[in-house]
Amino acid sequence: MVNKSAPAVDVIDLHVRRGKHPVLHGLSVSIPCGVVVGLLGPSGCGKTTLLRTIVGVQVVQSGTVTVLGREAGSASLRHRVGYVTQDASVYDDLTVRQNLQYFRAVLGAPRNDVDRVLALTDLTSQAGQLVGSLSGGQRSRVSLAGALLGSPDLLVLDEPTVGLDPLLRVELWTLFHQLAVSGTSLLVSSHVMDEASRCDRLLLMRDGEILADDTPAGLLASTGASDTEGAFLALIARHPVADTTEGSAS
Amino acid sequence: MNPQRTLATAGRVLSQVRHDPRTIVLLLVVPSLLIGLLAWIFSDTPVFATIGPGMIALFPFIVMFLVTSITTLRERRTGTLERLLSMPLGKGDLILGYTLAFGLLAVAQSAVAVGFAVWVCGLEISGSIWLLLAVAVADAVLGTTLGLLASAFARTEFQVVQFMPALVFPQILLGGIFLPREQLPDVLRYISDWLPLSHAIDALQAVATDSQDAAYVGEELLIIGAWIVGAVVLGSVTLRRRTP
Repeated sequence: MVNKSAPAVDVIDLHVRRGKHPVLHGLSVSIPCGVVVGLLGPSGCGKTTLLRTIVGVQVVQSGTVTVLGREAGSASLRHRVGYVTQDASVYDDLTVRQNLQYFRAVLGAPRNDVDRVLALTDLTSQAGQLVGSLSGGQRSRVSLAGALLGSPDLLVLDEPTVGLDPLLRVELWTLFHQLAVSGTSLLVSSHVMDEASRCDRLLLMRDGEILADDTPAGLLASTGASDTEGAFLALIARHPVADTTEGSAS
Repeated sequence: MNPQRTLATAGRVLSQVRHDPRTIVLLLVVPSLLIGLLAWIFSDTPVFATIGPGMIALFPFIVMFLVTSITTLRERRTGTLERLLSMPLGKGDLILGYTLAFGLLAVAQSAVAVGFAVWVCGLEISGSIWLLLAVAVADAVLGTTLGLLASAFARTEFQVVQFMPALVFPQILLGGIFLPREQLPDVLRYISDWLPLSHAIDALQAVATDSQDAAYVGEELLIIGAWIVGAVVLGSVTLRRRTP
């Protein structure tokens, strides 16, 4: 697997268990720089665990995870990787601006960065409101805005578009592509298959394994399906269900 | 660690509290109300004069322990802790930021409690009232840091509330309020010598009766200070960036 430029994320033979349950069993994947990569799969397939590992907050059993040329979780990466958890991780008892001002101070980003990310996430008019009084979609945008502070090189977004109205969803995907054009690498998870076509590359995941790593068009061509949902079903039919103790059947 | 990030964290915690006026009122008023209740219960007896100083140690200590442990646990549960630890925030920045913010609240709370006990309830203080306040503040900060430490070992709100009886009650029972520490059985007395609240109560009683010199009170303050530093260090060390 040789990329023209070094990959943003390189995962080799990753084993992770959460509690007693093995979630990832020997997963390897490479994520290229400067594009929007979608991580798709049903709930509980290990998407969040993989993202947590890449961000460096997950205890792993074995395997190597290299992010932007360094070991995942290295101190120098904490400025360069933006992470949005699935549930908005923001302070409900602070205003939107106060939340972002605090995260900005922690990151050491320039002061005017707060206004920049407010505008990017279309939250400028809500800046003075308490986050606890916002709608679910607005709260998750505050969480996203926090991750955009300091313009990180890699954005890891766990289901950022859940619960958003269709118009906003389109706007966010446009934003993701703008960021990719400016050189940011994005890894975006979703369990909504119709978001697949918006990604530059797709990772289809099931039971802790990557079933496919391709472009949306390439995936449809190789499976002969008419949409991603169909492609996913075709791949599952082709692929025996992984045993939870050992997942390298092929 | 970085002073800017520590101060930003302290400022953030204080802004959170500011948006919750009910908590501020409870923090400032509850210890005084309890001291007032106690003074009322013992109004025709000399008991309040002896246990009153101990109460100045007790109520702020308990209140700060609870408030801090629950606030930090909430940070863990809502995912903001995970976010912060994936960012360039030092573990010490977080713990010290919390200690600073709640330490400031502790100063206000202790000042109100001491003022109320002395001027409203008529608690006689023979020694320096400033020294009394200093010990009371140290004691409330101790409650804060122990609460921070306890929350590191709690996964749920239920667990953190259980730490109250587990960590705080033995210190109250052995602290010399129920029975002077000299009269405790030897083993218990020895244990109570090692508990920080015993030293806080000793110091407050010493100031109230002016029975010891300032050096003695200073020594007790040092012991409380050592516990505070120990709890902050242990709280930072036990904070994990990676979780299972």
